[in-house]
Amino acid sequence: MTDPVVEETVSGHARLERNVTLLGAVALVTVAIGGVVEIAPLFWIDNTIEEVDGMRPYTPLEQAGRDIYVREGCYTCHSQMIRPFRDEVERYGHYSLAAESMYDHPFQWGSKRTGPDLARVGGRYSDEWHVQHLQNPQSVVPQSIMPQYGFLSETSLHVPDAEEMLRTLQIVGVPYSEEDLANAEQDLVAQADPDVPAGDLEERYPGAQVRDFDGDPDRLTEMDALVAYLQMLGTLVDVNSAAAQEELATETGR
Amino acid sequence: MGNKRVDEPTGTEFVGHEWDGIEELNTPLPRWWLWTFYATVIWALAYVIAFPAWPMVEKATEGMLGWTSRGQLAAEMSAADQARATVREEIAQVPLERLSENAPLMQQAVAGGRAAFQVNCIQCHGSGAAGSQELGYPNLNDDDWLWGGDIRAIEYTLTHGIRQAGDPETRTSAMPAYAGIFSTEEVDSVVDHVLSLSGQGEGNPAGAALFEQNCAICHGADGTGLREFGAPNLSDAIWLRGSDRVANPEPQNGHDAQVGRAARSSHHLDAGCLCPLARGRRRLLGSRRKSRGRSR
Repeated sequence: MTDPVVEETVSGHARLERNVTLLGAVALVTVAIGGVVEIAPLFWIDNTIEEVDGMRPYTPLEQAGRDIYVREGCYTCHSQMIRPFRDEVERYGHYSLAAESMYDHPFQWGSKRTGPDLARVGGRYSDEWHVQHLQNPQSVVPQSIMPQYGFLSETSLHVPDAEEMLRTLQIVGVPYSEEDLANAEQDLVAQADPDVPAGDLEERYPGAQVRDFDGDPDRLTEMDALVAYLQMLGTLVDVNSAAAQEELATETGR
Repeated sequence: MGNKRVDEPTGTEFVGHEWDGIEELNTPLPRWWLWTFYATVIWALAYVIAFPAWPMVEKATEGMLGWTSRGQLAAEMSAADQARATVREEIAQVPLERLSENAPLMQQAVAGGRAAFQVNCIQCHGSGAAGSQELGYPNLNDDDWLWGGDIRAIEYTLTHGIRQAGDPETRTSAMPAYAGIFSTEEVDSVVDHVLSLSGQGEGNPAGAALFEQNCAICHGADGTGLREFGAPNLSDAIWLRGSDRVANPEPQNGHDAQVGRAARSSHHLDAGCLCPLARGRRRLLGSRRKSRGRSR
């Protein structure tokens, strides 16, 4: 224990322990290094979000449905993230890609589920089924503990300013065009009302489903918006296409 | 080292702190703990080298083992596929109708069909396949078949669905609403007649005439239904939507006739899975089901 080097380090550490300002400064530097190493690369690493065809911003009606989904707290029981495990893939379909939630603000990921995952629920059931199920879940799934959302059918859809809704999302990076913004009000109604001309809605939003969703063509209800959103989920990107599969097969480091 | 003193009973050095005569010993860390700590450090280094870990400029380090979570999934999926491949091939080689002659194979098909049923069908038809009269989802346990109950007919229904948009070969039936065509009295008279077909009530000559003109084309003159149009048999005790006057009268619920819609299953199922579904169904429903629907 007479080694002078050991003596030196001990006194160095002792100095740190006895000087609160120095200790705070060095602790900050140490933690910051950990943070920078973990977080900073996400901003420049290319394969954080893989490129996929078909992903597009949500239509005003889908976005309004999404807002209802968030408002009603659907996310407390339903996730929208199929993890790359066999049991999930066999039940829900192809695992989710990061790009599929690139326009989600906020995202709906999660692994805690009380109800099933909804990332690929679009097209799996008919609109009628969704309406019945939301009105009275136990009528189609007797063992379900989901609450009833029948009031959605009776509540007219109220979006104070569709254009501002899209503009807000544009600020956080969703690439809506000026045309999308200008037509927002029109698009909102036209997607669910067969009597209103949809214009170029389907060209600006490829894969958009235009029809009456809630079984009541005379009214635009919150049910219309929510079902339109659910029927879109997971349908935009063709993850099982040959090109997408080839791309996924070659990737590494994930 | 002038202040280094050793505690006599333990042989351990003092740190040099003293509070009211109580002094702190510089007891070394237990050796087993120290070596465990060193081992975890070495493990971490090896892990970083072997697995994807360190984020770099372009991408994270790939790791010597080349492991990816998606690659592991692909391996698991193909292993499961291969495990099923033999059975699938065997099932595919046997014509549907003759499958039941081969008991072990039939058992495999039923098991596969049961799994597929639970993922794709129970949402509407229910985990016990009893359907719902309230919502018009057919009960699959009874002997009434809207579109035919032999194995080929079921296979066709599964493949093309019912009122499946975009499938030209889909099964289609659509009963019109008679609320605007019949008066209330006429509706009542037809209801009387329809109930009498299954032996309930006395019948109604006026209703019979209206039935003959409007309903018989699909439901048949004697009300036994026509599978070609998916028109239900009205003369038996099995009812799609219930047999009381309010639930059943076709005119009042006419537009609801279009509510039930089976999704075409081939969209979600591949051929190897579809066959067991069609083949497994009868057995599945004939026997009391042991497995419950998966909890949601």
